[in-house]
Amino acid sequence: MSEIETPPIQMPDPSRLVVSNSPHIRDTQSIHKIMFTVVLAMLPACLAGIWFFGFAALKVLVLCTVSCVVIEESWNKLMKRASSWKDGSAILSGILLGMNLNAGVPWWVCILGALLAIILGKQLFGGLGYNPFNPVLVARVGLLIGLPEIMTTWNTPQAGKMVVDTVTAATPLSLEPGVTSLGNLLSGNVGGCLGETSAIALLLGGAVLMAFKLIKWQVPLAFIGTVFLITGGAHLISPETTHSPLFHVLSGGLLLGAFFMATDMVTSPMTKRGAWIFGLGCGIMTSAIRLWGSYPEGVSFSILFMNALTPLIDRGSISKPFGYVAPLKEETK
Amino acid sequence: MSDKPRKFKGGVHPQDSKALSASKPIQDAPLLDSYKVIMHQNIGAPPELVVKKGDAVKKGDLLAKAGGFVSVPLHAPTSGTIKAIDKCPGPTGMAVPSIEITADGEDEWGTIFEPLVEWENTDPSELKQRVWDAGIVGMGGAGFPSHVKLSPPEGKTIDTLILNGAECEPYLTADHRIMLEQAEDVVLGAAIIARILGLKTAVIGVEDNKPDAIAKLQEVAEKYNVKVQALPVNYPQGAEKQLIYAITGREVPVGKLPMDVHCVVQNVASAVAIAEAVVKGRPSIDRITTVTGKPVVNPGNWRFRLGTSIEKALELAGGVNVQPAKLLLGGPMMGIAQSSLGVTVMKNTSGILLIASDEVSLYTSEPCIRCGRCVEVCPMGILPATISQAVENKRFDWAEELNVMACIECGSCSYVCPSHRPLNQHFKRGKIEIQAQLRKKK
Repeated sequence: MSEIETPPIQMPDPSRLVVSNSPHIRDTQSIHKIMFTVVLAMLPACLAGIWFFGFAALKVLVLCTVSCVVIEESWNKLMKRASSWKDGSAILSGILLGMNLNAGVPWWVCILGALLAIILGKQLFGGLGYNPFNPVLVARVGLLIGLPEIMTTWNTPQAGKMVVDTVTAATPLSLEPGVTSLGNLLSGNVGGCLGETSAIALLLGGAVLMAFKLIKWQVPLAFIGTVFLITGGAHLISPETTHSPLFHVLSGGLLLGAFFMATDMVTSPMTKRGAWIFGLGCGIMTSAIRLWGSYPEGVSFSILFMNALTPLIDRGSISKPFGYVAPLKEETK
Repeated sequence: MSDKPRKFKGGVHPQDSKALSASKPIQDAPLLDSYKVIMHQNIGAPPELVVKKGDAVKKGDLLAKAGGFVSVPLHAPTSGTIKAIDKCPGPTGMAVPSIEITADGEDEWGTIFEPLVEWENTDPSELKQRVWDAGIVGMGGAGFPSHVKLSPPEGKTIDTLILNGAECEPYLTADHRIMLEQAEDVVLGAAIIARILGLKTAVIGVEDNKPDAIAKLQEVAEKYNVKVQALPVNYPQGAEKQLIYAITGREVPVGKLPMDVHCVVQNVASAVAIAEAVVKGRPSIDRITTVTGKPVVNPGNWRFRLGTSIEKALELAGGVNVQPAKLLLGGPMMGIAQSSLGVTVMKNTSGILLIASDEVSLYTSEPCIRCGRCVEVCPMGILPATISQAVENKRFDWAEELNVMACIECGSCSYVCPSHRPLNQHFKRGKIEIQAQLRKKK
């Protein structure tokens, strides 16, 4: 009988074992993944914008994105901080900024917007995670106040023609009720910022965000629902002078704002209860500005206003921890 | 008590990876030449040594006696001589006192306890004394002396006994195999504990990813009027407070114990140890442990004597295929990372787990983006993101206000954090700092 040779048993080398705190496994989610999934969700609306406003829209989107990344990296260099563009947040901000601009804006508006968003909106507060206001909305409102004429001139959609030149049009919100058809609002065949006109594309993107659980659905539901109810009430009282609630929901920046900007993780509440309050507040503010304010559109202002209230909402919506309930009755006596 | 367990808020669903060892029957680890038994294996006071170098001991003989009420005695895992009383690497990385025994190969029992076969007619206090004498602790991981849980202070009434067979940690299958192969002992243990507490029934909670164990337990449960409750798979289902909630709907108040909501929870392995101590007179000198992980050649479940080194345990499992990145005692969610193969099996060693380098990464922590995922999964309903920032800024008062003390350190928040923030680590630090401040005040 020959002896069977058993191979030597290999043992771990203790000097190469990593010691760290539990848990030792993690799921695969990362900032990078979150940001790029959001970018993916924005694609339908971007494509719709390019379809209706042509190469001009593409130019704005690319210019904004490149500017945001270049500015973020330059700031990092200047401040001697690690490169951060790969986390995807600057790319996301860039595309979102482009979506918030009219396709016909001059090139320097894109760069100015990127500066406002990245430097004033984000980096001055300490970078990703520390900014109190949505950087893109800081840029949009900054530009709106500083360059009101440029920021309220809209291109006429020319579906599929891939135009380079632009013709101006008005936003449906400032037109008389009944001029713009709901069908055009759904598809996006109306004047407006290049990323906000197509309701269908935005709803598709919103569905992607909710499917990947990247936004709290409470925010868009409360936001859009509140606008629908308030503008609906106003429409019931004076149907001649106000738009229908459905028109309000589908027009302007409401869907873009409700799905892509009010839901920004950094600047909105962390709890579900907070998300309801946040959405409700955005809806009330937007309706008030649209119905009674001097601006035709109020989405940006309302979200920025609620951003400012976010720390307060967070503090006020802390739920009681598990086990906070009073102990069983006989013990409380 | 409803048939449908309640769902606790939050929780995560890591890949369970139990298939590596779930079908491997429990094997008795062969006798070794020597054992290094770690002295202090329980929460509470360390036991007091009763042997000295050179003493001959028989299997089951007392090595150290309980050092107080919240303390348990320690017994010899085999017969032989005390070679040394010195130090060996402990699970937390520090050297700890240990007793080294050179086995004589006879593995001969000393005088064991008198088997209480007629336990149904034995006085509950005598049964409880037996649990203490046998040195039984919570074998799920905490190592809390079992007899203390069975001694509710004056005024606290107990109406529910729950056996914890959830085994919600990924990879671990020791409890699963115990419930499958020793179902009768589990149920017997439950009945004995119920008698000690003056109860007629008990509930065994098992996650429903172990249908074979549930079926097996149900076959034998009726005899002792024990109920088996299937629980949905949701980490941390086996955390004491979450388990009590799932089964009874009661919430253990923050900072309070299960007995404050009239419950006692014991791990299934502890129940088996109690059954063996009572009807066989056998002290707690070994435990069933899963040796597993992707790098392990032959994962499985073994009955190891206390004092078996990780090295010897791993040899039984065939060693490793590749160099692992981490070596853990316990599961991947709450286990403790080791840097030495010299650490030995203790009463609460539920698993020896090796993690491959492709399962873990060295993460750099990024800023919190306030995504709220941690808030969503926290089973205690606190705000991990905010508390972690409070601790980072040394605002322990704020952390306390945000109920950091309610944290059960399950790690669910760190598990889902997309910024890879060391949330769990921050909470552990916060709790330690707060407790230190409290002590200073006193």
